[in-house]
Amino acid sequence: MLHDATHASHHDHGHEHHEQHFITKYIFSQDHKMIAKQFLITGIIWAVIGALMSVFFRLQLGFPDKSFPIMEKFLGEWAKGGKLNPEFYYALVTMHGTILVFFVLTAGLSGTFSNLLIPLQIGARDMASPFMNMLSYWFFFIASVFMFISLFLETGPASGGWTTYPPLSALKEASMGSGTGMDLWLTSMALFVVSSLLGGLNYISTVLNMRTNGMTMTRMPLTIWAFFFTAVLGVLSFPVLLSGFVLLIFDRNFGTSFYLSEIFIGGRALPNVGGSAILYQHLFWFLGHPEVYIIMLPGMGMASEILSNNSRKPIFGYLAMIISLIGITVLAFLVWAHHMFVTGMSPFLGSIFVLLTLLIAVPSAVKVFNWLTTIWKGNLRFTVAMMFALGFVSLFISGGLTGIFLGNSALDIHLHDTYFVIAHFHIVMGVSAFFGMFAGIYHWFPKMFGRFMNNTLGYIHFFITIIGAYLIFWPMHYEGVAGMPRRYYDFTAWQSFNSFQGLNAFISVVTIVVFFAQLLFVVNFFVSIFRGKKVTTQNPWQSPTLEWTTPINPGHGNWEGPIPTVYRWAYDYKDNGEGGDFIAQNVPLKDGEEAH
Amino acid sequence: MSVFILITLVVIVFGIIYQIAKASEYAAVLNGEEKVKQQTNKLMASLLVAFFLLGMYGIVKCHTALMQHMIPESASVEGVGFDNMFKTTLIVTGIVFVITQTLLFWFVYKYQSRPGTKAAFISHNNKLELIWTTIPAIVMAGLVVIGLKNWITITSPAPKDAQIVEVVGKQFNWLIRYPGKDGVLGKRDFRKINDENNVLGLDWNDKDNKDDIISQNGELHIVVNKPVKLIIGSRDVIHDVGLPHFRLKMDAVPGIATTIWFTPRFTTAEMKVKTNNPDFVYEISCDQMCGKGHYSMRGTVIVETQAEHDAWLAKQQSYWDVNNAPATPAATDTTAVATTTSTK
Repeated sequence: MLHDATHASHHDHGHEHHEQHFITKYIFSQDHKMIAKQFLITGIIWAVIGALMSVFFRLQLGFPDKSFPIMEKFLGEWAKGGKLNPEFYYALVTMHGTILVFFVLTAGLSGTFSNLLIPLQIGARDMASPFMNMLSYWFFFIASVFMFISLFLETGPASGGWTTYPPLSALKEASMGSGTGMDLWLTSMALFVVSSLLGGLNYISTVLNMRTNGMTMTRMPLTIWAFFFTAVLGVLSFPVLLSGFVLLIFDRNFGTSFYLSEIFIGGRALPNVGGSAILYQHLFWFLGHPEVYIIMLPGMGMASEILSNNSRKPIFGYLAMIISLIGITVLAFLVWAHHMFVTGMSPFLGSIFVLLTLLIAVPSAVKVFNWLTTIWKGNLRFTVAMMFALGFVSLFISGGLTGIFLGNSALDIHLHDTYFVIAHFHIVMGVSAFFGMFAGIYHWFPKMFGRFMNNTLGYIHFFITIIGAYLIFWPMHYEGVAGMPRRYYDFTAWQSFNSFQGLNAFISVVTIVVFFAQLLFVVNFFVSIFRGKKVTTQNPWQSPTLEWTTPINPGHGNWEGPIPTVYRWAYDYKDNGEGGDFIAQNVPLKDGEEAH
Repeated sequence: MSVFILITLVVIVFGIIYQIAKASEYAAVLNGEEKVKQQTNKLMASLLVAFFLLGMYGIVKCHTALMQHMIPESASVEGVGFDNMFKTTLIVTGIVFVITQTLLFWFVYKYQSRPGTKAAFISHNNKLELIWTTIPAIVMAGLVVIGLKNWITITSPAPKDAQIVEVVGKQFNWLIRYPGKDGVLGKRDFRKINDENNVLGLDWNDKDNKDDIISQNGELHIVVNKPVKLIIGSRDVIHDVGLPHFRLKMDAVPGIATTIWFTPRFTTAEMKVKTNNPDFVYEISCDQMCGKGHYSMRGTVIVETQAEHDAWLAKQQSYWDVNNAPATPAATDTTAVATTTSTK
């Protein structure tokens, strides 16, 4: 392993010719491309588990009076007689959120594509520290193991919601999942934070230090800018989350009162006084909000790249795209308390957070307009990746606009914690981010595995998913406006909300269909790795960026010969004088040609 | 057995779709890749446009189908501001939604690659970009102004004559305390709580507590057109007093007292007529996940006229009397308190 690390640092030495051992090649690999695949495959496995959980709790929500014997087969005691137990319903909701937000859309998304694309697109043989990069995956793996084990506890996994607010999450008496389940959750998440930091530091230093000759910052593709800011967000906010968790661990195990005060539970008054349950929420959302952008930015970057590539046209307003990324990154740190408008916070502070929150609409709008003008007057090629990138834009618009309602405290005071919120964030950072991820997978699959995914399956996957996503989440806005609260196991006793029962059943049916459509993707993915159509040209998408100057199946070190030098920006989609409609970044400027 | 059939069915459907997909790949090879690519491109552009048109139609359909399930207009004076502001925001975002989505799918159709078409090389346009940065900024500023105006109204101190009621959450119901004749809520201390005869931990050394009334059936009685200030607390974990009909909610946090105030506009009886529902009742939902019984943590609000309220109040026994008057048989049985207070 040491040998590999030193080897990779000899930049111009290049390709390795000796046979690699199975373990160093596939398991403890230090090759960023292999690590990317490890993140992706682990992410896909988690995504299937997380999505299956949503199918189970949607069955309960859609058909509260029916029983499903099949659930008992999967869940055993937790769904005795085919009916989900409320305690386990909450555990499923909690795990669904944790898994999708952290394990799939953070690790699975930026872990995959930052790893794959940063070295390839900036012209580096590997990450700044391949060893740290390997550790990053293995910390994620251990975090996954802990989280997975917690699913099999007799008392169930954590069940206090993915935000795990204390005192509910701090006190064993408050909920079954707050016992061992919560211990494992906290352990897993602490390891996860370590993984994120190792990865993030690596991405930042690689982007800043390892760019090839001529690759100035403003010649980088927008993907790299997006991954860079994603890493910055993570590195600055995950430690705060970890500190919040450490205090929670102290409160749970060592009798401190950071979050606990004046509590009577389980028939006795607890000794804790002077703590503040709200403090945790500040620490949590100081990560929690940037986390939304940690999830969104990679999708934005990849959508920008894919839209431009398949429009055969430069991304519109490259500089504005970078500036808006900076704007979003900075503002991401200044809006966390908009998740807490109804905690009784100072109304004045609330006003400041309203202002800053709605300010984010400006860079977001700039991005949308730039995407629209990128495809305007283009020559659109509807590859599967392009379809998902277009879907990404559509969903980002739909979900982003509802954020304007929730960011305004006077509206949030009614909409907070209702189905409106569920609809909003599932569209904008759930489905939309997934669309970014799918676009990335379909687009860079040939680079990862030297084969194509099946297009027809891809198109079917796209249409079922986008139609399904809108059918599931669009009507939820109405439920939210009617005040229907999140995280309810059953609405039948509620006069104000039970008239939506028919709708809930409809949504659940669509959920099942969409779930199976995702399995179609999973099958396509794994079968194509081994049996997909082989890539025969070096640059199948006719893209100017550097990853397509490597061999079809690049080895560790990426380029056979020296790393190419870069002479131009990443979006030179113009006549190359030989019938092609783009000029690769490593082609020198012609006489009299001006760099962008 | 049905499970087995279901699984078989899914597998078969998967198999069929997969075979079709495979076949189309071979067909592409046979028919010439370039031609198939062009056909697919055209088909996808059309399908995306069809998706857009059907989607827009679906939005209209969804709206008409779901509006009949909506809760009625705001039942609080302050909530009217919410309703108006919601409409304004909906119009603004609705316009942006329609324009941007239409442009997106229109461009998809218009600029699809056809034989011989070429993309224009346009990289930026500073003037255009400045315009579309400024416009959202101005619109947002407008929404912020409207929002803050309402926010300041909602969060302003309650009027002096407001009725004061304390609402305390516990796993999994609401405890409601009225101040009694003196109009003052006495001190309470969580260390004095016991479920037998002091559910809120009232400090009996504080004489203000002696006339306080506690109802444990989650029924909040308030007076129409009279501001009411809720003092909100929690005994155990974080709960949230959600009042969907009044367009308000506020967290109940252990150790921290929060407040909200509002002015109900319609009595429960009036709402029964308005909604054409003889069983209508205002509901209090718990809007912060609080454990396994979260979904069942239901309270109700009874909005009545001053006369009705006074009559109701006159029938209530103070919590002290309930637990200490030797003549009352309910003294030893706290569960009976709830029943005596609710049955009139």
